[in-house]
Amino acid sequence: MQNKKHNVNKVANREALIGVGLVIFNFVWWYGFAYGLGSKDPEEYKYIVGLPDWFFYSCVIGLIVMIVLVIVVIKVFFVEIPFDDEEGEEK
Amino acid sequence: MVNWVAIIPLAIFLIIIFLIGIYASKFVQSSQSFMDEYFLGGRSFGGFVLAMTMAATYGSASSFIGGPGTAYTQGLGWVLLAMSQVVTGYFVLMILGKKFAIVTRKYKTLTLVDFLKVRYNSSVVVILSAISIIVFLFSAMSAQWIGGARLIESLTGISYTAALFIFAVSVLIYVTIGGFRAVALTDVVQGTVMLFGTLILLIATIKAGGGISNIIQDLHAENPNLISPFGAEGTLTPTYVSSFWILVGVGVVALPQIAVRAMSYKDSKSMHRAIIIGTIVVGFIMLNMHLIGVFARPILPGIEIGDKVMPLIALETMPAWLAGVVLAAPMAAIMSTVNALLILVSSTIIKDVYINYIRPDAPHQTIKRMSIGVTAILGVIVFIMALDPPDLIIWLNLFAFGGLEAAFIWPVVLGLYWRNGNKYGAIASIITGVGLYSLSDLLPTLLPKYSDVFQSFFNPFGMHAVVMPVVASFFVYVIVSLSTKKKIPTELKPNF
Repeated sequence: MQNKKHNVNKVANREALIGVGLVIFNFVWWYGFAYGLGSKDPEEYKYIVGLPDWFFYSCVIGLIVMIVLVIVVIKVFFVEIPFDDEEGEEK
Repeated sequence: MVNWVAIIPLAIFLIIIFLIGIYASKFVQSSQSFMDEYFLGGRSFGGFVLAMTMAATYGSASSFIGGPGTAYTQGLGWVLLAMSQVVTGYFVLMILGKKFAIVTRKYKTLTLVDFLKVRYNSSVVVILSAISIIVFLFSAMSAQWIGGARLIESLTGISYTAALFIFAVSVLIYVTIGGFRAVALTDVVQGTVMLFGTLILLIATIKAGGGISNIIQDLHAENPNLISPFGAEGTLTPTYVSSFWILVGVGVVALPQIAVRAMSYKDSKSMHRAIIIGTIVVGFIMLNMHLIGVFARPILPGIEIGDKVMPLIALETMPAWLAGVVLAAPMAAIMSTVNALLILVSSTIIKDVYINYIRPDAPHQTIKRMSIGVTAILGVIVFIMALDPPDLIIWLNLFAFGGLEAAFIWPVVLGLYWRNGNKYGAIASIITGVGLYSLSDLLPTLLPKYSDVFQSFFNPFGMHAVVMPVVASFFVYVIVSLSTKKKIPTELKPNF
């Protein structure tokens, strides 16, 4: 019992840290492309499918990258655990 | 003039919502544990329902930062800002995560306040949080109610009062009879309408504007800043835009109406699916909705009132019946916020105040009658307030989200993951968060002479006013918890 609880906590803590990691990555990607490419004079922007390059990479590709990352992270690192560890107490 | 072609799709939408309410009420009638069912849908939701109810509830949080109307004025910089909300799709469920699910099941908690009560064992924490929730969310609800009525008014041509009446009655009926299950299931319909509605409208707008390239070149010709990340006047600084990652991104984890959803799912598998679906749905709704606002500008220049951008562009670019269908989307967004808030405020009053302090031994039948009664009465009060909204409500609404985030983020997150956090830390953190956040607006208004001083104190580096209180309440929570560590005996510390 104790051992099981320990494991559950470990899983939960690790998954929360993964969440924090994803947010940091997401922020860096979003900020880096938006202000890295977007701080130039608008006359010098390049365009991809009609959108300014900073916006295309930061917001459009950024969204797709995050969706793919989230799927990979869930499939690879997230563990399925039962929630009701004390059976018999439930009505 | 009454616009019938737009009314019919809206009416069909409302009828579907009603039917869902009636369906959900069957569960309420037959449930063994009334409160668990009425306020939390019996913790039975699968991944898809969970993702949609979360997305629909976030989706509307963005309406308070102005949404497409502001994007219309500011250009792509505002879409960039809005994209900070993608985080909510995965972050909330990952952070509260399985620990929250296990703890809230073990102690059979039904609300965020319930969780805080179990964690901190303090009636001061319970009362402070119940008051913040009732005051802030009540105001947020009235404001959304007003928005819903204005939308019906502008779309259909019927009067504000009649529109408000239709809106209020429809929301009230399904929430009152169906409880949380009705709210979540209607959120599925509303989320789906929002996703496809914004997608169709975006495509129609791009077509009407002659393609993306064309639209962007028109914007560039009008004002090059519209296609830069800095906003039309160059006022959106990187620090200001980044600080929205707290207000509408990671801070959302502390909003009670969102946190309560993180207790409502069936098993780990539902949670995993919900994270994936939620990220996709939130991401696309945000991107589509705000791009519509920007792209509408060259097609319909000179719109003065931001809220009208969506209805006008829809009527401009598509046949009236399809516009009616698409415009059910913003209405869905408003309804899904209102219903979430209504059931949450009602659960706070019943579970956190009435059962905790007034009648702990209340019999099942009384609780049932009280819950349904309180939900209905709240709705009626909000309706009356929305008829002629007092200024205080408007002001409180602006503060609702930031205020609740500043109050709850650390007591919830650190309460889950840090064993040494205690009630003194939580109380100090709630007071600091809400206090500083309210002062950040009150002081400059009361003492305009010193507004520069306040500005540099409350908005360092031009950040949004939510950042400073959140940071300050973190340190307060940690420092107070550590310095009162000895007052809490080890056996009272959480063992989860």
